[in-house]
Amino acid sequence: MTVLAVSDLNVHFTTGAGELHALRDVSFDVSENRVVGVVGESGCGKSTLINAILNLLADNGRISSGSIEFSGQELTGLSRRQMRELRGPGIATVFQDPMGALNPVLPIGRQMRNIQYRSGQAKSEKDMRSLEALKRVRLPDPEAVLARYPHEFSGGMKQRIAIAMAVMMEPDLLIADEPTTALDATLEVAMIELLKDLQRQIGCSVLFISHHLGVVAELCDDVVVMYAGEVVERGSTREVFKNPGHPYSLKLLECDPARQTARRRDLPTIPGELPDLNHRPTGCIFAPRCPHRGKECADAPPDRQLDESHIVRCIRAGAV
Amino acid sequence: MLNYAVKRLLLAVAIVSVAMLLLFTMIYLIPGDPAAVALGPRATEAMREALIVKMGLDQPVWVQFWNFFTRAWMGDLGREVLSERPVAQVVMENLPFTMALIAGGMTWSVALGIPLGCWAAVKRGSWADRLVGVLSVAVIAVPSFVIAIYALLIFAVALRWLPAIGAGEPGNPGDQITHLILPSLAVGLGWVGYIARMVRASMLEVLEAQHIRTARAFGLPDAMITYRYALTIAILPTITLLGVGIGQMLSSAVFAEIVFARPGVGKLVYDAILTRNYPLVSGAVLVTTVLFVLLNLAADLLIGALDPRVRSKL
Ligand SMILES: Nc1ncnc2c1ncn2[C@@H]1O[C@H](COP(=O)(O)OP(=O)(O)O)[C@@H](O)[C@H]1O
Ligand SMILES: [Mg+2]
Repeated sequence: MTVLAVSDLNVHFTTGAGELHALRDVSFDVSENRVVGVVGESGCGKSTLINAILNLLADNGRISSGSIEFSGQELTGLSRRQMRELRGPGIATVFQDPMGALNPVLPIGRQMRNIQYRSGQAKSEKDMRSLEALKRVRLPDPEAVLARYPHEFSGGMKQRIAIAMAVMMEPDLLIADEPTTALDATLEVAMIELLKDLQRQIGCSVLFISHHLGVVAELCDDVVVMYAGEVVERGSTREVFKNPGHPYSLKLLECDPARQTARRRDLPTIPGELPDLNHRPTGCIFAPRCPHRGKECADAPPDRQLDESHIVRCIRAGAV
Repeated sequence: MLNYAVKRLLLAVAIVSVAMLLLFTMIYLIPGDPAAVALGPRATEAMREALIVKMGLDQPVWVQFWNFFTRAWMGDLGREVLSERPVAQVVMENLPFTMALIAGGMTWSVALGIPLGCWAAVKRGSWADRLVGVLSVAVIAVPSFVIAIYALLIFAVALRWLPAIGAGEPGNPGDQITHLILPSLAVGLGWVGYIARMVRASMLEVLEAQHIRTARAFGLPDAMITYRYALTIAILPTITLLGVGIGQMLSSAVFAEIVFARPGVGKLVYDAILTRNYPLVSGAVLVTTVLFVLLNLAADLLIGALDPRVRSKL
């Protein structure tokens, strides 16, 4: 069953320099119990994508067309209230920056209790659940954690607390926006192991955003490759890594992810610049940087299906 | 927290000491002979010399300062020129009226300013926001004595809703409160504008913060996000502003006390200057300084109590 189905999603931001077309015709699915990774350079629209899903786009942003279905329910056009009901128990999110993700003036225990406001249980029962969640993410001395404030914890510990809050909701879909980017490499490995375990325990689907290919290869069942606000390739992780169909994915994979060290964790650099999204070209978005470009790339490229679930947005998909 | 409180307290003591030094220097540097001024033109040379010895003016400067300093810390601010009553006692009799006026002014400014600023931030860009913006600038721009005179003319003279002058019957709290409404409004109204603008600006900043997005991503109700997650942080700069603003409120209190003929430290200083009662002037100024420092200290301690980051840093 499909937990999340995004189809032909377009997002625009109104900026001083005009309309910024941040996401163009984005489509992908997250199936039950699957971990789906979204990879792409910074600025390619990963955070915009999850904000659009959560209906938390900045005031100047809007979904201009497309559909987002969560467990069969259309999310675009839901009322504020209906959307709020879904956030938390339906879709729980761990954000990128652990340093700023928790309220600085409320004790951790209060924040964990507050997000259980729907349960109608007594304070002590809510605190018991918070403790359980903190134990699950293997934080030492969880009782003490409840009474303390965010600034008393390191980045890694804060990220564990944020994960504990998300898994405590027992969501159908867990979204993690670059949860390890701010952490160092050893912590990153531990965090990935933790996420894997937790996903198995609560049996949810995961949408995992990253710009680290090695992590995606390790953790994810499916992968969605984004470039400049478009999904250029998607499919099972095995298929995409073994048999990449888009020149951009090929470029990314030229560096063997297994050999990416702590010092080279970011995506490899590709000559050329990201296109100006205020003036998005009608043709292939990657063409200016593509070594294989031809005349036909001036037209909008089709989504080519290479395999059952392996889809590539390139006129020459599979031929390069 | 204790550590923080002790440090702030020591700082307050240091500030008051410096204020005493400045005050002493000013009195010392005022040209003219204080004994002659105090006694008037018909005093004899013998009387003058006797008073100089009595006031300790024959001593070296540093001894004079030391005496002034130690006595002031013990609460002895000297005696009034004519009545010879202790200055400290006279000031303390008037102080409660001024404190009540300031407390009233703060109540107005906080009770109106915080909700208005919050409302403007939540409804950013709407007509409500614009209205609050215009009103804020208007009440900031009008001097408090103008507000005091108009409030007096409209509500006391024309409409007769509220009493015009005095502080009310002693021992009758209801009467004293009705006498407090207009003067405290005059003192606090400008601050409604400052606070509304400040709260609006910091609310807008806080509402953009990551942790607010986290709170929304867990589906917390809007009211909980606005008041418990955002306002508790957005209020902090406002408390600092209020602490610093006490000085300005004290100066507005002088006008309000004169316009409404209320007893108080402001009125006391005003009258003392007119009658050249310098010991009273300097004593009242010193007490006002201490009041200012103490209220500032209270503001800082309140911030320490509300913000765990401040508490742990100091
Ligand atoms: N509120 C906004 N207003 C204007 N442009 C924005 C806004 N938010 C994001 N963008 C633009 O959208 C693009 C995608 O940003 P983002 O989703 O943050 O990328 P990522 O998370 O992949 O680093 C960027 O070009 C960014 O400048
Ligand atoms: Mg991002």
